[in-house]
Amino acid sequence: MAVLLFSAEQQQKFDSGLVEILSHYPADRKSAAMLPALRLLQSLKGWLPPAGLEQVAERLGTTREKAYEVATFYVMFFTRQPGKYVLDVCTNLSCSLRGAEKVLAALEQKLGLKAGSANDRFTLRETECLASCGTGPCLQVNEDHHESLTPAKLDALVATFT
Amino acid sequence: MIEVEKVITKNWGRPGSNTLDGYRSTGGYRALEKALAQAPAQVTEEVKRSNLRGRGGAGFPTGMKWGFVPKDNPKPVYLAVNADESEPGTFKDRYILENDPHLLLEGIAITCYALNCHQAYIYSRGEFKGPSATLDRAIAEAYAAGIFGKQLMGKPFALDVYQVRGAGAYICGEETALLESLEGKKGWPRLKPPFPAVVGLFGAPTVVNNVETLANVPAILDRGAAWYAGLGTEKSGGTRLICLSGSVNRPGVYECSMKTTLKELIFEPTLGGGMPPGRQVKAVIPGGSSAPVLSADELDVAMEFEALKAKNTMAGSGGVIVMDDATCLVRSLWRVARFYAEESCGQCTPCREGTPWQTRILRKIEEGRGEAGDLELLLHVASTIAPFPPIGLGNTICALGDAAALPVHSFVSKFKLEFQSHIAQRKCPFGDAPWGHFGGFA
Ligand SMILES: Cc1cc2nc3c(=O)[nH]c(=O)nc-3n(C[C@H](O)[C@H](O)[C@H](O)COP(=O)(O)O)c2cc1C
Ligand code: FES
Repeated sequence: MAVLLFSAEQQQKFDSGLVEILSHYPADRKSAAMLPALRLLQSLKGWLPPAGLEQVAERLGTTREKAYEVATFYVMFFTRQPGKYVLDVCTNLSCSLRGAEKVLAALEQKLGLKAGSANDRFTLRETECLASCGTGPCLQVNEDHHESLTPAKLDALVATFT
Repeated sequence: MIEVEKVITKNWGRPGSNTLDGYRSTGGYRALEKALAQAPAQVTEEVKRSNLRGRGGAGFPTGMKWGFVPKDNPKPVYLAVNADESEPGTFKDRYILENDPHLLLEGIAITCYALNCHQAYIYSRGEFKGPSATLDRAIAEAYAAGIFGKQLMGKPFALDVYQVRGAGAYICGEETALLESLEGKKGWPRLKPPFPAVVGLFGAPTVVNNVETLANVPAILDRGAAWYAGLGTEKSGGTRLICLSGSVNRPGVYECSMKTTLKELIFEPTLGGGMPPGRQVKAVIPGGSSAPVLSADELDVAMEFEALKAKNTMAGSGGVIVMDDATCLVRSLWRVARFYAEESCGQCTPCREGTPWQTRILRKIEEGRGEAGDLELLLHVASTIAPFPPIGLGNTICALGDAAALPVHSFVSKFKLEFQSHIAQRKCPFGDAPWGHFGGFA
């Protein structure tokens, strides 16, 4: 038997979430809701599984190919399951001037993982400017920003990872 | 230094500044009432007279842009609020959303009334989890208080304001890529003309304005265009938010007079507070990483559109990045170049192919493998994307190409010796630690 995409509760959240989203678009422009719909799917599943992309495409009256095109264009969408913690270190100029490369090196060492790779627990990436340049260096963990990092702050943060 | 009355930041730091009650307690939504008592065209006139110019990057006169929306058009008019804030060195819109979201919402309400627009979309960058949540709370408050919805503050004028969150793509800050993304597509910019004010979202007239731009609108309606224009210079009304980062003692967002100079910004005790101990300014990016760099002897310039244009650079998004004398500029430029290679959407050949080439040549020079002819090759590649000067000669559909080429042209021409010495010495003269020598991780 095929594995169900959603539990009953998730399906209900997905359906009602989609109704709310679509209420803000013209009735003949459903496919415009692609980004909010994919965000909704990812919030429920942690990533964008193929069956989910198909369901989104169907509900928005568009094709699976269009859904994939969008899903693969934006870095915050995952078409493969990421680690439990996605760590994005901003290494753009302002953060690098304030030691971002040292943050990245420290994380590589602490997690035993190279930037740009992943295991079940962690996905470690360099990322572009996060609009925290005045409070750099900045690290985004899943979607939360940790700013003005110091070695002590970073240690404390890493200690919270389960 | 010129002191200026605060327009955008006046409520920051006040308890409850991000709530409706807090906003109302300082006169919030009074400007909307004043606007609703006038004809929509009068509101646009007032904004025209205020000399408000766009704060998203190009500095385009806001009232004039609104005036481009066709008068007798049968289609709906849309407002797209640009909260994508992704230009490196820029972090002001985020603070507006966090500290005073109703200031933006009131600006949106007034703008929609002036444009006869009943649907506004706020496109915020995907990484703004906290700011987006604050904004959604404020939108919900405005609905609950009858400011938005079926009526606009009691007047029969339906208005829906909806936040759409992006998903991590710098290009979606470019106005036509933003519209593509709002239409549920990947962010590939459109050829202009037609401009969005004529053919925008869903083929209908659409005004695209930056968050800070719209946050200025309430004060213009409340205090009058003449007052607002008087705060600024002849061609540019109001104040500006400046985002200061890099090698400086007090990085942060400062609301400045249009007449405040870069030197004042960096050294005034109430602003940047000077350089880290023992360090001197070497180079300053004045308007986000796309803006041509200035050297230390060019800082007596007002941080304003016309003055910076006269220096062959731009006020851009207000992101000022300071680099000190211990910072390697080859490495700095390499990092900037990598950003544009990473974020090029891939639509136009000069940008798609040229940006990785720039990055590879810079890496080679920084890693001590530079050869004679590399700088010429680098400048040739940059010129293929966009010749310089002046700004705006790009060979690509959108200005990301210009943004990628301008730093290369300006860093290399102003700091040629530093590039040459990397090649001559076959190594980075700054050694293995060319940056990150101050701040919490030093
Ligand atoms: C590559 C690129 C990225 C841009 N990113 C942003 C951005 O993040 N935020 C923004 O407001 N404008 C951005 N702009 C400028 C917009 O295209 C547009 O000019 C602006 O939103 C208009 O609003 P304004 O007139 O109020 O400034 C960008 C432009 C380019 C070429
Ligand atoms: S450079 Fe890191 S947040 Fe902007």
